[in-house]
Amino acid sequence: MTRSKTQKELLRFLGLVTGSVRDLAPIVIVVAFFQLVVLQQPIPNLAGILLGLVFVLIGLTLFIQGLELALFPIGEAMADALAHKGSLFWLLAFAFALGFGTTAAEPALIAVVAEAAKVAAAAGVVEASPAAQANYAFYLRGTVAFSVGAALVLGVFRILKGWPIQYLIIGGYLAVVVLTFFAPANIVGIAYDSGGVTTSTITVPLVTALGVGLATTIRGRNPMIDGFGLIAFASLSPMIFVMLFGMLWSGLS
Amino acid sequence: MEILAQLFWTLLASGRDVLPIAMVLFGFQFLVIRRPLPHLRNIIIGFVYVVLGLTFFLVGLEQALFPMGELMAKQLTDPVFIHGAEANSMVENVRWHDYYWVYLFAAAVGFAATIAEPSLIAVAIKANQVSGGVAGIWGLRIAVAIGVAFGVSLGTFRIVTGTPLHYYIAAGYIIVIIQTIRASQSNNRAIIPLAYDSGGVTTSTVTVPLVTALGLGLATTISGRSPLLDGFGLIAFASLFPMITVMGYAQFGDWLRKRRHKKGESQ
Repeated sequence: MTRSKTQKELLRFLGLVTGSVRDLAPIVIVVAFFQLVVLQQPIPNLAGILLGLVFVLIGLTLFIQGLELALFPIGEAMADALAHKGSLFWLLAFAFALGFGTTAAEPALIAVVAEAAKVAAAAGVVEASPAAQANYAFYLRGTVAFSVGAALVLGVFRILKGWPIQYLIIGGYLAVVVLTFFAPANIVGIAYDSGGVTTSTITVPLVTALGVGLATTIRGRNPMIDGFGLIAFASLSPMIFVMLFGMLWSGLS
Repeated sequence: MEILAQLFWTLLASGRDVLPIAMVLFGFQFLVIRRPLPHLRNIIIGFVYVVLGLTFFLVGLEQALFPMGELMAKQLTDPVFIHGAEANSMVENVRWHDYYWVYLFAAAVGFAATIAEPSLIAVAIKANQVSGGVAGIWGLRIAVAIGVAFGVSLGTFRIVTGTPLHYYIAAGYIIVIIQTIRASQSNNRAIIPLAYDSGGVTTSTVTVPLVTALGLGLATTISGRSPLLDGFGLIAFASLFPMITVMGYAQFGDWLRKRRHKKGESQ
């Protein structure tokens, strides 16, 4: 009995590993093709690269496993519990805290704001001193984190109300296009990119599970139509807020 | 030995990334919800898997893919590779079609990196569960990957030609708006939120470093481009076009179904 159970576990695990191999095959093939055929260079440090690929494989398999064990269930459980509690305030507070907390600590964002401070210094918007640049980077990071928190609040509110997503998102994109013409040129590229870096590998499954969980719990909502869309809000609103930030900053200084 | 040290430091960093999330989750659980979490043991094990998994994933990428990918981006954008041995280090009069290998590489890397992107896998799994298996995991992932491939490739073309970023973005948004209107009037309504989400999930762990290296390589070797101003913007392309391809994928499927239906009727 126990033997067949462990065998089943093993088979399942092998299935997961095979899945990871399939997920990673394209990128390995692309890199190998360009290195060997187009650039006609040998592959440096082959042993190290093979070891690295094994690591990537283990990592992806473990992550997918953890996704199903922890990130999806906890996101859905919290959505369910907060919806049943019936307090709009705590539900929205949770959405804000999740967005703000995960974004403020996001390493990709820290790298982007540091780069943005350099751009701003080169454009003369910020003094060239490291202290002034760090100050600018700190406020920019705060702005992006706040914008993601606000985006999740709006997104969760939309799920509760059942508003169609397209009006909000298209309205947001129109705001982005209009703001582009008024925002200082040095901030536009960063603003566009900041939308992409805010949604990290851990945040995405959690936020998706939160939205789907809410739409499943609340009567009259369809998880497919109402549950998705939180990520879209989280990647749109930083663009707007960062451009506003750039306009404010250059207006004040 | 070096790789062990790297593993250790990355583990600390992943732990630090998870910490604020865990604090928010458990803080609300214990202070606001005040009910025991179901399957707490599984959730803790799952979190350990997530942290360990991300750690191995990142160290492995750092060891195997990123150095070579970045080196390749540099070599492919090198004037000597594009214009032959007599080229200068700064290219003056660029002809956009000299850069065909760059566009191809951008498309191939964009596609392949998106297939390996863990957060996209997560969204695809969820969409598949929610739709009761109607939304296929691979259909969504491939549609998104095609969008990223096209977006990144077009983004490198923009850097080579030096045309303004916002023209492309505005044109892309107009396409998204038209597709949205068409989808909302048909029975494809359910694809809209998913398509919007897939724009945001494409750009995380695997895609960003490879794509950024390409943008910086181009912007530093072409005269008149600034790595600080033109190096940015590729990520924006990579998150815009998946919306178009995902909605396009649903609309194409619809069109096929209608055509088959018509054929069946006429026979």
